Amino acid sequence: MASDWSYTYAVARIRVLETKLLSNNDVNTMAAQKSADAVVTFLKDKGWGDASDGNDPERILAIEERKIWAIMKELGVDFSVFDVLSLPNIYHNLKAAIKEVCTSMSNEKAFAPDDTYGRPQMLKIVTEKNWSALPEHMRAAAAEALETMLHTRDAQLADIIVDRACLDAIEAAGKASPDKVIQDYAKSQVAVTDIKIAARSAKTRKSLDFLHRALAPCSSFDVRTLAQAAFQGVDALLDYLSSSGYAEAAEALKKSPSAFERWCDNRVIETIKPQKYEVCTVGPLVAYVLARQNEIKTARIVITGKANGLSEEAIRERTREMYV
Amino acid sequence: MSDLGMFFGLLGAAVAVLFAGAGSALGVGIAGRAAAGVVTEDPSKFAQVLLLQLLPGTQGIYGLLVGFITLSKIGLLGGGDVTISLSTGLMILAACLPIGIVGLISGKSQGQCSAASIGIVAKRPESFGQAMLFPAMVETYAILALLISILAVSNIPV
Repeated sequence: MASDWSYTYAVARIRVLETKLLSNNDVNTMAAQKSADAVVTFLKDKGWGDASDGNDPERILAIEERKIWAIMKELGVDFSVFDVLSLPNIYHNLKAAIKEVCTSMSNEKAFAPDDTYGRPQMLKIVTEKNWSALPEHMRAAAAEALETMLHTRDAQLADIIVDRACLDAIEAAGKASPDKVIQDYAKSQVAVTDIKIAARSAKTRKSLDFLHRALAPCSSFDVRTLAQAAFQGVDALLDYLSSSGYAEAAEALKKSPSAFERWCDNRVIETIKPQKYEVCTVGPLVAYVLARQNEIKTARIVITGKANGLSEEAIRERTREMYV
Repeated sequence: MSDLGMFFGLLGAAVAVLFAGAGSALGVGIAGRAAAGVVTEDPSKFAQVLLLQLLPGTQGIYGLLVGFITLSKIGLLGGGDVTISLSTGLMILAACLPIGIVGLISGKSQGQCSAASIGIVAKRPESFGQAMLFPAMVETYAILALLISILAVSNIPV
């Protein structure tokens, strides 16, 4: 991307804020705490939450998520830059709304917080089939997924339709963006999600047709070969991943599902790490948002692990690599 | 013709002050935005980032210095009755070009470099000394241009 010195102020502020991000040592310290309450206290000492959170972990994490966007708003950044980051959430909300409308089973917790496409808005859109209220890239998939769900009650097929549309939208957003960080993020996100789908499909022995429908075209590897490998089984998939530059993914898959999930998130963080050295692009801002979301996710993993009595080692296996 | 010589001499002074000053203004402005960003989050770093912001300001001073020498040379300062031929005026203009052009480019570049160094101070205040060195390197070329402009203007026979 071309240099844009109008980001100088924002990037300099982000550099100071980066010093307050959790490091890998902080995560290890959290994992070594005796209880979920001790982790909450650790985070509060680091400045997480506010006076109104009542030491409730979920409220603290929600406050931290809001803080990210409050800072970006204060910096006066054009929010369209972050559109690609919100795509997984709004497509997820679409899936949740279709399921809620078709099954009449309310599940508030299934929705991700979003001001424009949160639970009430998405339920209204799906109930009224008002697809024009959705972004253009969502409309066809929303209509098709709802029809599929109504006629076949196949929630998995409806999910595939929406997930595939989400991957296509991320890929398209990456290609359309002039910002290298967005291009790299989109490329990495689509590749990682394709591998995730292929791994799950290989384990559950899905058909080749299913794989072709679910996997989005990706510039990192030949998606048809990936589908063929996943169709042949887990071993064939591991061989293909090892030979196509994703040996670490294959190793993580062999180890455990949580190790693989960890690799997926770490891969995205690795993609954005070069932004630590950018001075005059929007990249460090996007990277900061992703880094904050990553540490919130990690804090949630540690707190949940502690609350469920997981060992320190088991929690460490699940915690993500930090940005700083 | 003597008016034309005076005009080119004056143009030389203007080029030195104008371009070098513009370079400094751009550089200090860029570094200032970065400095403001750091101070917004951490006011304790004010002194460190202020020094880095000021580094690109020197080109403007160099331009001013060459401008004064030139004005003195062509007799506009000190009230001397000096006649400047066209060729002398053009020579003075040529002598002022190094600090004008290099001042403009190096001022802006030094500002960009200072902004990057302010990023170092934001994360590692203990590396302030090293952070100062990077933009200071750009200064070398402004000093070389200043030397040539001063030597040339001073040695042009009037």
